[in-house]
Amino acid sequence: MSATRVAVLRFPGTLDHESAARAVEGVGGQAVYAHHEDTALPEGTQAVVIPGGFSYGDHLRPGALASRTPIMAAVKSHASAGGKVLGICNGFQILCESGLLPGVLRPNASLSFICRQADLEVADSGTAWTGGRLEGETLSIPFKHHDGAWFGDPGETRVVLRYKGENPNGSIDRIAGISNLSGNVMGLMPHPEEAQDPLLGSVDGRVLFAALLS
Amino acid sequence: MTLVVVTVMPKKGVLDPQGQAVQGALAHMGFAEVSDVRVGKRIELEINGHDPAGQATKMCEDLLANNLIEDFSVEVPG
Repeated sequence: MSATRVAVLRFPGTLDHESAARAVEGVGGQAVYAHHEDTALPEGTQAVVIPGGFSYGDHLRPGALASRTPIMAAVKSHASAGGKVLGICNGFQILCESGLLPGVLRPNASLSFICRQADLEVADSGTAWTGGRLEGETLSIPFKHHDGAWFGDPGETRVVLRYKGENPNGSIDRIAGISNLSGNVMGLMPHPEEAQDPLLGSVDGRVLFAALLS
Repeated sequence: MTLVVVTVMPKKGVLDPQGQAVQGALAHMGFAEVSDVRVGKRIELEINGHDPAGQATKMCEDLLANNLIEDFSVEVPG
């Protein structure tokens, strides 16, 4: 059986594509890069990852310009056919700006760039993204962002992950990650691709990549 | 060619941390009279063709402003 093909998107300013590709390969998938000007996903693509970074220098609003590129039209078709999409950090911002997820990511309430390990609480165990973890279980995953405060109507989405304890960025309801109502599109500010190896202190990010292959 | 000026502002009632930070700095500098600051952006467009204000409005709806958190206004300076 051939490995599941996962397209990893690259825009000008994307930074975390190599870590994301490594995480895809780590759970047994095959990572293939796709670029902003491509009008179609690579042949045989079964799932999509939009990695973090600062696409288009965060100009206008984070994710705003990347969300209007040709490759995102292809990602929308993929998602509307039920295909899985995982957006991480800037990828989450791009998903919100493209309308694939509701809401928008606003500047952190502190206006500071925050980078640290975080405990995330599984708030909805009914999606594939948390790999059978029960509600209330904890995933330890780092985050690094300046514009991570999700703002929107939680009733329009499924809240999959919340920050445990103090809210680091001022997001509504301590939201760290959401999926669309049908569960195939997931966005989160923390970086599961940086929680793949025991050397880095946690392997809790693997469940989100494994979900791409399920 | 027509100059069209678009102003994008955070919606009233949406927390504007940038405005709050500027207000805090102004207060430290002694400008105690300032009771509120909001920071937005001004975008100048040079537009060819018919109905430049209408075209700019469409651009705001499609890209330049995010209607969840921002209001915009379009002005064609005389």
